[in-house]
Amino acid sequence: MEAAVMRIPDTICGRLSEGELAANFADAHPPLTHAQAVIEAERCFYCYDAPCVQACPTSIDIPKFIKAIATNNMQGSARTILESNILGGACARVCPTEILCEQKCVHTAREAGQAIRIGALQRHATDWQMEHGGQPFTRAVATGKRIAVVGAGPAGLACAHRLAMHGHNIDLIDTHTLPGGLNEYGVAAYKLADDFAQKEVDFLMAIGGITFQGGLSLGKDFTVAQLRKEYDAVFLAVGLAGVRAMGIEGEQLDGVMDAVTFIETLRSQDKKTVPVGRRVVVVGGGNTAVDAAVQARRLGAEDVFLVYRRGHEQMSATTVEREWAQTNGVTVKLWASPVRIVSENGVLRGVEFARGAIGPDGSIAYNPADTFIIEADMVLKAVGQTFLSTPLQADTIAISGGRILVDDQYQTTMQGVFAGGDCTPGEDLTVAAVRDGRDAAEAIHAMLSQNSGQ
Amino acid sequence: MADLRTTFAGIKSPNPFWLASAPPTDKAYNVRRAFEAGWGGVVWKTLGEDPPVVNVSSRYGSLNYNGNRLMGLNNIELISDRPLAVNLAEIKQVKRDYPDRAVVVSLMVPCVEESWKAILPLVEETGADGIELNFGCPHGMSERNMGAAVGQVPEYVEMVTRWCKQYTRMPVIVKLTPNITNILMPALAAKRGGADAVSLINTIQSVIGVDLDQMAPMPVVGGKGTHGGYCGPAVKPIALRMIGDIARHPELAGIPISGMGGIGSWRDAAEFLAMGATTLQVCTAAMHYGFRIVDDMIDGLSSWMDQKGYADIPSVSGQAIPRFVNWGNLNLKFKTLADINQDACIGCGLCHIACEDTSHQAISKTLVDGKNHYEVIDEECVGCNLCAHVCPIDDCITMQPQPVEGELTWPEHPNNPNRVTA
Repeated sequence: MEAAVMRIPDTICGRLSEGELAANFADAHPPLTHAQAVIEAERCFYCYDAPCVQACPTSIDIPKFIKAIATNNMQGSARTILESNILGGACARVCPTEILCEQKCVHTAREAGQAIRIGALQRHATDWQMEHGGQPFTRAVATGKRIAVVGAGPAGLACAHRLAMHGHNIDLIDTHTLPGGLNEYGVAAYKLADDFAQKEVDFLMAIGGITFQGGLSLGKDFTVAQLRKEYDAVFLAVGLAGVRAMGIEGEQLDGVMDAVTFIETLRSQDKKTVPVGRRVVVVGGGNTAVDAAVQARRLGAEDVFLVYRRGHEQMSATTVEREWAQTNGVTVKLWASPVRIVSENGVLRGVEFARGAIGPDGSIAYNPADTFIIEADMVLKAVGQTFLSTPLQADTIAISGGRILVDDQYQTTMQGVFAGGDCTPGEDLTVAAVRDGRDAAEAIHAMLSQNSGQ
Repeated sequence: MADLRTTFAGIKSPNPFWLASAPPTDKAYNVRRAFEAGWGGVVWKTLGEDPPVVNVSSRYGSLNYNGNRLMGLNNIELISDRPLAVNLAEIKQVKRDYPDRAVVVSLMVPCVEESWKAILPLVEETGADGIELNFGCPHGMSERNMGAAVGQVPEYVEMVTRWCKQYTRMPVIVKLTPNITNILMPALAAKRGGADAVSLINTIQSVIGVDLDQMAPMPVVGGKGTHGGYCGPAVKPIALRMIGDIARHPELAGIPISGMGGIGSWRDAAEFLAMGATTLQVCTAAMHYGFRIVDDMIDGLSSWMDQKGYADIPSVSGQAIPRFVNWGNLNLKFKTLADINQDACIGCGLCHIACEDTSHQAISKTLVDGKNHYEVIDEECVGCNLCAHVCPIDDCITMQPQPVEGELTWPEHPNNPNRVTA
């Protein structure tokens, strides 16, 4: 018997030159020039009670800010955006506008694909503000109130900024060393290129009254009850810290990792120090799967498969995202469910999938007898993120449907403790998180104003 | 194929499209290019007495609207700044080389008989087909008692026209200024003076805009600005009305009108013809896009005439005049209602807000299947057309004329204290 050739997964750093990496992780969608922005702005019909505004979770007055670009009132344009959405810069870059404002644009109703480029225009205005105008808002008279915001992602930042505007002081606490949350650690690098997340945080924090405390974890370093004693109010925006497991054989093998971990590594390190397989399989159908797959390609992976167990329509990644993956050379395979991670002598070899289809009754069935194996040096799991409630174990905060239960004023079941963003029910979108943070801040401010009025 | 040939006050041209007296007709080089491009005629840029005038640097200002350039153009250039002899020699050669095209010479000399008497034979000697008296330039030259300064005084218009008719056998076209309250006064004066035709409109006095950094009207010449003459698409409605006023006037009926003011397409041309013009002069559109635009003007006008069964230019000219009436002749019983084609509606809400804020609250906004839905409230609609104009979708909102019973005009209307009673 011949000795089996020991398989070694081909996963290495530095597949590409520094120049190639820099190009691959530069701004994926470069900004409009002012002339381009004006031409685009002039296409806008300036709708009344505009459908695009209705589609924006933060209700930015889109026709107003676009009109202001057309009239070269850049300061007014930016202010219109930022007073509804202080993270308008990030949202302009990461929002799936194709399923939000731009989908509802009346130009789309006239001819598909002709929507006003609202995201690009929003970026133009907010970039102008950050370059020329700085922080446009000022703080109200100091109230002496202190609020703890746990989680420095979009929801936490938006909440902190709005509270600061109202004159409160905020301690912004996060487990990471840098504020920004998913903008800093979870989104594809080319969407927020040139360290945009930190630039935006600096811009936002320039209002004053916000102190960032990094490296502190809820449930480990402090509890909500402790914060509640020390602060006048608490806002929880801890996001989704858990990741779903596929629950199949071989998941613990070397080379199998969570896509969010892969992305976070990539966002935190020099790209040339991030290992990537020659052949990568990404399992999942959301934006995280797309971000992981495309970035794997851009790190130099030769073959990247994005495998999703259902079809296009069921994918949570938008059509634009899926096509982005495909134009980046990612092979998208649908109707395939992972059965097991295949290994040889304990070494990762690939993933075995069972083919599936929708039956006549609408149910999906996978045929265990009809399987195929995709060879892989690296497997990235992107089958969903979950809210991790363990850090709240010491506190009396109700959880419902796997997320923190809040009322219509973002108040949890613990008095004076509010929550918003991905850790609460609702759509997991940056822009929705910003709305939660903003509106929770208003609720907190109303509560504090009422208290001090008594 | 429609016959586009025109005979205007005896001047023949292969089509009604002439270039107006302006920078595009400043010299032989441009005019030759224009004729090669197909223009039927030119009115050579205004000649004056030697020594020639001096023009400033920075001469035009543009009115842009929503990304469209040159909706209106303002200029502060004066008449030809080249020696008279140079112009005359070029005119002579060009006319010789293009005998089938109309070559009309625009003139402006002081309001003194001797000046006109002196220049007319020189022009006649070139073989030019006619002259156009520039009584219109509203800037610069008018400060020197020429141009609009003459055109604004009917007696002067009549007097100079008479001199010209006396000292030349060439057809005399009087170019009228719109910078007056009643266009009929100078038009009638021109006729009394013996004018063979009129042309209008010349440019309108204007300040195109203000440079907010230099705090000076544009175009800014060394830190200062002056008013100029306004033309381009924005002035077309003013021109159509003045032309129509002349065409329908009983004493002026039949006087040939060379129409101009914002003509940029065959459709504009057809409208000018319908309001009484028989030749058309173009400037801004050519300055914007070059001489090639005449292709589509000729082609489009010809196709339209074929479709409508108009054999030649005279059969189109003045067709709308019988229906160009005073307000008091409009039927007050006529009613038209807005109608929204819901399949075409894209939900922009512009019709609603325009009607709600500024008109008659006749378009309702309701939520249907989670979308804004707009509907005309017939009882409130006065048929003003505003919604149809603000709607960005062609034929989404149309005006539907309602059945009319009889006619009632203001002179007979019960609300009229001075009504005509039988």
